[in-house]
Amino acid sequence: MAETTLGLFSIFVLSVFVGFEVISKVSPILHTPLMSGANAIHGVILVGSILVVGLGHGAAQTTLGFLAIVLATINVVGGFVVTDRMLEMFKGRRPTRREVDPPAGGAG
Amino acid sequence: MSRIQAIELIYLFCAVCFIIALKGLSSPRWARQGNLVGAGGMVVAIATTFAWPGLHRIWLIVVGMVIGTAIAIPAARMVKMTAIPQMVAAFNGVGGGAAALVSLAEFDRSHATAGIGTAAAVLFSVLIGAVSFTGSAVTFAKLQELMTGRPIVLPQQRLSNVALAVASVAFVIWGLTGSLAAAVLLLLVALVFGVLFVLPVGGADVPVVISLLNAFTGLAVAASGAVLRTTLLIVAGTLVGASGTLLTQLMSKAMGRSLPNILFGAISARPSSGGALEDTADRSVRTGTVDDVAILLAYARRVLVVPGYGLAVAQAQHTVHELAELLERRGVDVSYGIHPVAGRMPGHMNVLLAEANVPYEQLKEMDDVNGRMGQTDVVLVVGANDVVNPAARDQPGSPIYGMPIIDADHAQQIVFLKRSMRPGFAGIDNALLYDPKTTMLFGDAKDTLGALVTAVKTA
Repeated sequence: MAETTLGLFSIFVLSVFVGFEVISKVSPILHTPLMSGANAIHGVILVGSILVVGLGHGAAQTTLGFLAIVLATINVVGGFVVTDRMLEMFKGRRPTRREVDPPAGGAG
Repeated sequence: MSRIQAIELIYLFCAVCFIIALKGLSSPRWARQGNLVGAGGMVVAIATTFAWPGLHRIWLIVVGMVIGTAIAIPAARMVKMTAIPQMVAAFNGVGGGAAALVSLAEFDRSHATAGIGTAAAVLFSVLIGAVSFTGSAVTFAKLQELMTGRPIVLPQQRLSNVALAVASVAFVIWGLTGSLAAAVLLLLVALVFGVLFVLPVGGADVPVVISLLNAFTGLAVAASGAVLRTTLLIVAGTLVGASGTLLTQLMSKAMGRSLPNILFGAISARPSSGGALEDTADRSVRTGTVDDVAILLAYARRVLVVPGYGLAVAQAQHTVHELAELLERRGVDVSYGIHPVAGRMPGHMNVLLAEANVPYEQLKEMDDVNGRMGQTDVVLVVGANDVVNPAARDQPGSPIYGMPIIDADHAQQIVFLKRSMRPGFAGIDNALLYDPKTTMLFGDAKDTLGALVTAVKTA
């Protein structure tokens, strides 16, 4: 079962490798959108905030959780919207000519 | 299958969406779709969470989300593209704050029974999340120019850093016993630490810190996930932590600096006051006219445009594109040399030029353009300074020594479009401005480029 501490730790370690692997070959053109997109993804803390408020008891937990919900929502919504705005600008480019290999290729 | 198992299964699907999103964001072709997949996964994850058995106070949760959305949408919609780095910093900071609060709240519920592993995860998340929160606030203030962009070193900073570090360690050890008070005190110490951590970082190094804090928040979220025993948070947080770390390394490499040097350089630095100034004080610069430069450009074979943050500030990316098209129609080979840290973040300049519909193929990386610099007739530097400063190559005393630069000084002619002689973001003088091959055109980049466009038409 994944909920054992060892199970959670295994998931963590494997995720580190996936995280490195998945973005290791990225064109510098996309570094800023990538950072912004990754920023939006850690807004998943909203799920944790919801659980804290929804399952918690007492004023302290509710207050902390409520604040966390507001902050996390800003993170998620703002993150995805701003990333989309950035990427929207790339779409207007010419669709012909060497579309297959982006000019940044070979930067390793 | 119980309801929780079903939810966990959907969470797994969402985690896969996030991986696909990052993968997509790494390729120009799929970036936008990738972001949408990520957003879709997020919507599913959040909606699914409402089905958690025994979830109550749903109205309060919804109110919180409505408030957050009402703040975020206008902020993200209205921000100018030049201000993107500080906006990302702000969104990142609130995420870190949320992670710290979630862990603290969960500790409030479970601290009496929590094992040492859970306590450790709580303390880690509180520490890192809070540092990310105030650290991002300071980077925001620096980039938004609410405060100076120069490094700030407080008196006795080394001593206070040590004191804070000792206090943090003490609170962590105390907190491992399951003490809630220790976690709260750690939160306060970490908030102060976040400020002190970023204050000494200055100039062009600030974006590297945004990237580092982004990775921090990811790890804080992963730790919160461990506290709540939610695998989705662990996977998503760790993905961001790993990718953010990689990006941070990449950025510091592009600047020829090591990360410790960026973070702590100002604290341990000898006051060398810029270094490169001595022999430029009595030299004069050559100021040209728009017509001279227009002719120079119109009859060149190869022109390289080196755009910097000043171009973005002047909103001149459209005008520079217009000039480039005009020159191309005359048969001039025009390309753009993009320094890895041009703008305020890697890739920031590409975003700004894409906004002006500059074709991808004309955007060349630094190594590409340096190889052909000898055959380049004119380098047109628009609102950039530090990225073409030869001091980075041959002034070992200079603060930017070691940073790879675009070797504009190897071209036949250099034209600088600059507002004034004021030094660049790093605050150091540039000997290239005084080079006999260099022509200066002072003024607002957009106005000057507009005048150049008119002049080239008649040249």
